[in-house]
Amino acid sequence: MPLETRIYQKENNISFLKLLKASLKDVYGSRFLAKQLTIRDIKARYRQSYFGFLWAFIMPLTTAFIWVFLNGTGTVKLSDTGIPYPVYAFSGTLIWSIITGAINAPLSSTKSAKGIMSKINFPKEALILSGIYKLLFDSSIKIVVLLAFVIIYGVGFHWSLLWFPVALLGVILFGVTIGLFITPLGMLYNDISKLITMGLGFVMYVTPVVYAIPKTGLMKTIMSYNPLTALILTSRDVVVGTTTGFFNYFIIIGLLCIPLLFFGLVFYRISIPVIVERA
Amino acid sequence: MNKNQQHRNANEVLVKVENLSKKFCKDLKAGLWYGAKDLLSNVSSNTHARELRPKEFWAVKDVSFELRRGECLGLIGHNGAGKSTLLKILNGLINPDAGKVTIKGRVGSLIELGAGFNPILSGRENIYNNGAIIGLTRQEIDSKLEEIIDFAEIHEFIDMPVQHYSSGMKVRLGFAVAAQMKPDVLIIDEVLAVGDVGFRAKCFNVMSELAKSCAIIFVSHSMPLIGRICTTGILLKNGVIVEHGDINQVIYEYSIQYENKYEKVVGEMTPTIYKVKLSKDVIDYDEDLTIYFSFQFPKDFTKVVLHYSVIDQEMKTVYQSYSISDGKFYEIINGELKASFTIKNVDLTNGKYFINIGVIKNNFNGKNICRVDGAASFVVGGSKYNSFGSIVKRTVWNN
Repeated sequence: MPLETRIYQKENNISFLKLLKASLKDVYGSRFLAKQLTIRDIKARYRQSYFGFLWAFIMPLTTAFIWVFLNGTGTVKLSDTGIPYPVYAFSGTLIWSIITGAINAPLSSTKSAKGIMSKINFPKEALILSGIYKLLFDSSIKIVVLLAFVIIYGVGFHWSLLWFPVALLGVILFGVTIGLFITPLGMLYNDISKLITMGLGFVMYVTPVVYAIPKTGLMKTIMSYNPLTALILTSRDVVVGTTTGFFNYFIIIGLLCIPLLFFGLVFYRISIPVIVERA
Repeated sequence: MNKNQQHRNANEVLVKVENLSKKFCKDLKAGLWYGAKDLLSNVSSNTHARELRPKEFWAVKDVSFELRRGECLGLIGHNGAGKSTLLKILNGLINPDAGKVTIKGRVGSLIELGAGFNPILSGRENIYNNGAIIGLTRQEIDSKLEEIIDFAEIHEFIDMPVQHYSSGMKVRLGFAVAAQMKPDVLIIDEVLAVGDVGFRAKCFNVMSELAKSCAIIFVSHSMPLIGRICTTGILLKNGVIVEHGDINQVIYEYSIQYENKYEKVVGEMTPTIYKVKLSKDVIDYDEDLTIYFSFQFPKDFTKVVLHYSVIDQEMKTVYQSYSISDGKFYEIINGELKASFTIKNVDLTNGKYFINIGVIKNNFNGKNICRVDGAASFVVGGSKYNSFGSIVKRTVWNN
């Protein structure tokens, strides 16, 4: 059996396709490592916690509760959402938390492995994969809670719910793709993750998370173009069985994200040595 | 034919390093900024030759060597000589700025033991975490689990959280997992410095066993260890190879350029002036060495005992002698002690040695009037007896 040969040199003039192939091969080859890292982190998180799973959905739940309260007391006046407001708000904040989780996942899992990255050579793609695994785990808890809401508020079961995993996949694909592009710079400068947190805080208000798109005005234009709108609305649609007409936009985003994800993976891969050296 | 093939395989070049260079930045902010620029130039496949930008320096410069299966290369040099940088490039963690590294086969590293351990989880769980990170498959870990626990000798604690382990236990567990690697090229950086004597011996055996079937690159500051394991050596200074070849020669070169003067005076009285002179600064192992010295004290003593010890690079006392053992006493008259002594046949292996000289009151249990540590240093060179021990013993080989 010929031995595998590795060559390390300055030039990065290897073709994009070769890099992509190597990256995907490492994604596939690192399944065990990714799974192991996921189990490790999840176990460690819950073993040293009393409330355990509660933390997965307590944040979006409180945000939703605040808006339910504001709306219920008439402090703010929101337009009709078509479904019971608590379901609207909670589904919004939940899906929103999955999106922000997906955007932050590559950076945070790469950051947590910074120490060993400078000592041991392992497929770094495992970090991305384990970030996605953890996200799926958290999301599944959130979804159970969301389903409970749907049933409690009598929205009822819709067959479109079967599409939810696909919608979720689209959401995660979108978030991770963005996350991959910000990770290299985010590893160098701590400012990046602060900017992202702040930026997402603003973006939430131009996305129909806790209120619907207004009928007219500037906000309507911004919200309609905002790709996150399509993600949120389509995901919510399949759960509660409504249609808001963003399905096509959602599909376009999903299709665009696939080549972008590949670019992101290659960018991540060639950036790792720089990160290990400098960060 | 088949045998010929095997023979060639056993000697194949596994590591080939050609004109390797790597620069580093002294300033954090500038380094980050260069990093951000490098991220961009990476994308556009910048092929220009790299030159030093402001605040950068060459951490490794123009290093070339080859390593075959069965060989072990010792990397020697002072702190900051570029050893760890070189290892990181060989390990594929960072990219070189110039030159090329070609490595064949599975690369294993013993640089950080127990990487990926989570303190809250048990030893058993962490075997899987660590094993996965160093590239073992689930099946490999499953089948080696008992062997790993045996090797680490922590049967009764294996289900205890690792945060309650002693540091020695953590290292043992980490090494036990790492020992399951079957690498073609093994990179080792100073990991054996920890752990107790019994465990170090065990690690040494594992490494000797691995050394037969793979190429090893070994970084350590322990010259006896390097001397025992390595076949060839490279001495790095400021990122440049200054000596490359037979390990004993490289260790010798390293030891004589070692400039650590550790002069220190202890005792109840400090000599105001002391002078030490040697008959020769560089001697052969079978030559005599005479040490002349004079000390100036504020007080006289009629009968004092002299003693000296010879200290090697590892700060280990090689031998020691008291003048009282030979019935000899000295006097401090008018505050001055002027004397000399001759060490017959120094009998030392090649390297650099220090001499401590002491003066004590006239009995064995007497306190030091003074002791001058590192009063002088000398180099033993040119011995044809390469030995891993400290002492060269002339031996008569009978029929």
